[in-house]
Amino acid sequence: MMGTAQAKVPTRATQGEVIQIKTKLYHPMETGWRKDANGNEVPRKRAHVFVCRFKGREVFRANFHTGVSADPYLSFYTKAIESGVYEFTWTEDDGTEFSASAPITVVSVAQ
Amino acid sequence: MRELSLDHIRLTRRQVLAAGGSALAILAFFPRLAFATPKDAMATLTEWTGAETFEKGRVHLSLPTYTERGSFVRINVAVDSPMTKTDYVKEIHIVAERNTVPEVASYFLGPDSGRAEINTRIRLRRSQAIVVAAVMNDGAVFIGKTRVRVAKSGGGCG
Repeated sequence: MMGTAQAKVPTRATQGEVIQIKTKLYHPMETGWRKDANGNEVPRKRAHVFVCRFKGREVFRANFHTGVSADPYLSFYTKAIESGVYEFTWTEDDGTEFSASAPITVVSVAQ
Repeated sequence: MRELSLDHIRLTRRQVLAAGGSALAILAFFPRLAFATPKDAMATLTEWTGAETFEKGRVHLSLPTYTERGSFVRINVAVDSPMTKTDYVKEIHIVAERNTVPEVASYFLGPDSGRAEINTRIRLRRSQAIVVAAVMNDGAVFIGKTRVRVAKSGGGCG
């Protein structure tokens, strides 16, 4: 469904471990150049800013331009420092926001 | 099955010339419909990174060499960097040389990223080279480039 946001974060990590975060937003990412079956221009509609925050601090940011596929998938890495919740936000051209969040438990030694 | 006949679209030389001429006029009028050039792509990178010169190396791209579907092309970008407080990758920028417009995406990292690597999916309108620039914390900019062939019918920008 359009606007559904997904984020996958390991549930458990050791302190200082580099973890992979996978995110996906279901969104058509219309460029504004396409025409529909009736020949009408499909208006531009993109989720162009992605931000990942941890306890209010910005961890990762991305700008999506027209070259990013529909349903933008993105995976990146970050260091797990403490337990908490990662918050993900996608912002559309007109300011509409989509968000997702995922918790992580950080332990000090490997178990 | 009906036999395919081209009789009804027989054109005179004058009509062909007129059609070609108006097609060129349309392209000149709507530059957006035309493709970007490698020059535009490098200009975009210069604008984004503020760098005049680019060094080669350290940026590793992994893309399929051939794809049937230009609208979903997986791309992996990894940059050689220890990712410490004093030596890390600040920004990663992706441009496509011959899409409608070259801009694809920009990523902003920090020393806490731990690893300068991203995976995503991009649109390629035709066969072309993808250029990725990595900006280091000391201002040096490294670029990597890879060519991808896209099937004729598989353009991805709609």
